[in-house]
Amino acid sequence: MSVVLRAKDIRVSFRKEQQSSLFGQERQQVLHDISLDLREGECLGIIGESGSGKSTLGRVLSGLLKPEGGRVYLEGSDIYEKRSAKSKAALQHRMALVFQDYTSSVNPRFRVENIIGESLRIYRKAGGDCSHVRQRTYELLDQVGLPASFITRYPHELSGGQLQRVCIARALAVCPRIILLDEAISSLDASTQVQIMDLLSTVQKSLGLSYIFITHDLTSITYLCNRVLFFQHGRIVEQVDQISQLSSLQTAYAKHLLHSIMGLGVSDSEQEQADLLVSESEISSLALVNDARKGADSPQAGAVMAFSSKPSVVG
Amino acid sequence: MLKQFFKNPLALMCLVIVGGTAFLGIFAPWIVPHDPYANNILNKFASPSWAYPLGTDQLGRCVFSRMLYGIRPTLFLSLVVMLGTLGLGVLLGTIAGYFRGIVDEVIMRVVDIMLSFPSQIMILAVVALLGVDIRNVIIATIFIKWAWYARMIRTATIKYAEMNFVLFSRSIGSGNLYILTRHMLPCIAAELAVLASLDMGWAILNISTLSFLGLGVQAPVPEWGAMLNEAKNVMASNPEQMIVPGLAVVVLVGAFNFLGDSLRDALDPKAVRS
Ligand SMILES: Nc1ncnc2c1ncn2[C@@H]1O[C@H](COP(=O)(O)OP(=O)(O)OP(=O)(O)O)[C@@H](O)[C@H]1O
Ligand SMILES: [Mg+2]
Repeated sequence: MSVVLRAKDIRVSFRKEQQSSLFGQERQQVLHDISLDLREGECLGIIGESGSGKSTLGRVLSGLLKPEGGRVYLEGSDIYEKRSAKSKAALQHRMALVFQDYTSSVNPRFRVENIIGESLRIYRKAGGDCSHVRQRTYELLDQVGLPASFITRYPHELSGGQLQRVCIARALAVCPRIILLDEAISSLDASTQVQIMDLLSTVQKSLGLSYIFITHDLTSITYLCNRVLFFQHGRIVEQVDQISQLSSLQTAYAKHLLHSIMGLGVSDSEQEQADLLVSESEISSLALVNDARKGADSPQAGAVMAFSSKPSVVG
Repeated sequence: MLKQFFKNPLALMCLVIVGGTAFLGIFAPWIVPHDPYANNILNKFASPSWAYPLGTDQLGRCVFSRMLYGIRPTLFLSLVVMLGTLGLGVLLGTIAGYFRGIVDEVIMRVVDIMLSFPSQIMILAVVALLGVDIRNVIIATIFIKWAWYARMIRTATIKYAEMNFVLFSRSIGSGNLYILTRHMLPCIAAELAVLASLDMGWAILNISTLSFLGLGVQAPVPEWGAMLNEAKNVMASNPEQMIVPGLAVVVLVGAFNFLGDSLRDALDPKAVRS
């Protein structure tokens, strides 16, 4: 499989608000030499605690924040290199974003057709064929499972899940190769999460997209992703190349993350014991739940999801 | 949002006052009973009558007709001042707030410098420099006042520039011009409406003040501030001459200020929900 997105040695730091001296230039390093590859048609999960720099990495990868060091190659071309407006437009529409906070991710004064229309406009500018805007908007709405009548609605007239579907439709409208989902499902309820994830995986299959899936919830990663990066303090602490090998985690941090989603309130003294207890059986049950969910229709999947987020027996 | 606005009786009243004044100003030539320049020295300081609804002034000119004609310079010159300051302020404020970095630094330092001068005195100085003429007054006012708006609008722009929908637009490669005109301007429109109506009150006051001081609209031309200035000369003998133009200025400026306040209330999303 070919690599669609490659990041090399990304470094980002922000100037600290509190400087020890008057004209201090102390900086807080947020990303330390991050390198990653995204292959065609795969879903790369990035998981880490709050403040570990996941969203910052997302901004760098999507061309919004120029890193201090390192390169980002999208289909072989450096996205931060100076280039002509035309080739820049052609490059930029290859990647789209979906955000967590769906209320601020669309302009409240835009109707659904304007929201999607903005993306279609970009696609047309980048040389894409888009002569029937209205027709294409209906197609996109249909693709994300929304009725065509929604086209005249305003964002506040949609539910969270519906709005997130509109955001996905908007992302699809530019015909991207990659969609970067920054906690795209975290603020939805469990059954809607599953519906959206199902939608994402069908869309991925039919269009051959690659996803970067940023989250702090491991369950959704196991559901959607092929590979996982564990993020801590701006470093990749562990990488799992096969989602089925999630049990063979090496670092304490990744294990801890795994435990916390299994519903274990591990205190420090019990940590070691729990490490032993949460073993293959737990992991395989997670994989099982995951498999069951993949097979099931979305309503049932919702039930399984609810079940899996309950505390487990161990502990 | 606007429904809320129209439910507010005070706001509605202000709107009627402003609208009515503008209407009277536009159609003054067809409404006035007398030529505002026609003087009749024999009939000076006449009290209100059917022929002269608000009496006559020290030259026997019809005060009512002069008041109506005075709306034009008062209201429309203020409108020019308001549009000028707001236009310049919006342009530089959005540019500073959206692009940030070095552009922002330069614009904001200029703003800081502009704001560190006392504005009224600066206007007087500029008018003295360029010569007494209403055009110079307008130029001076816009030149002094834009900085204040640029700062307000920059703050509003920064708030929206970090919103996810702007980030999305940027990430897929929408042009800056598109983002500024389609996303930013509509978003800060609420703030703009409030600023504009508050600014109108200030501009009216400012033009009237300068005309009163003899720096703005010149003597025979009917303008409320200039009329006050003429009335001032006969204040000792006929103080009632000051009442009509003075009251008119107060009411109109007050109407614009209340309008600004109610617009702010109506456009505040928190107020809508409650
Ligand atoms: N514009 C900025 N200026 C200064 N510091 C910033 C800026 N953006 C992010 N940071 C800092 O960078 C760090 C990483 O932030 P980031 O938003 O990437 O975290 P995250 O992993 O996405 O967290 P979460 O899971 O809560 O979304 C944080 O410590 C944050 O304070
Ligand atoms: Mg984040």
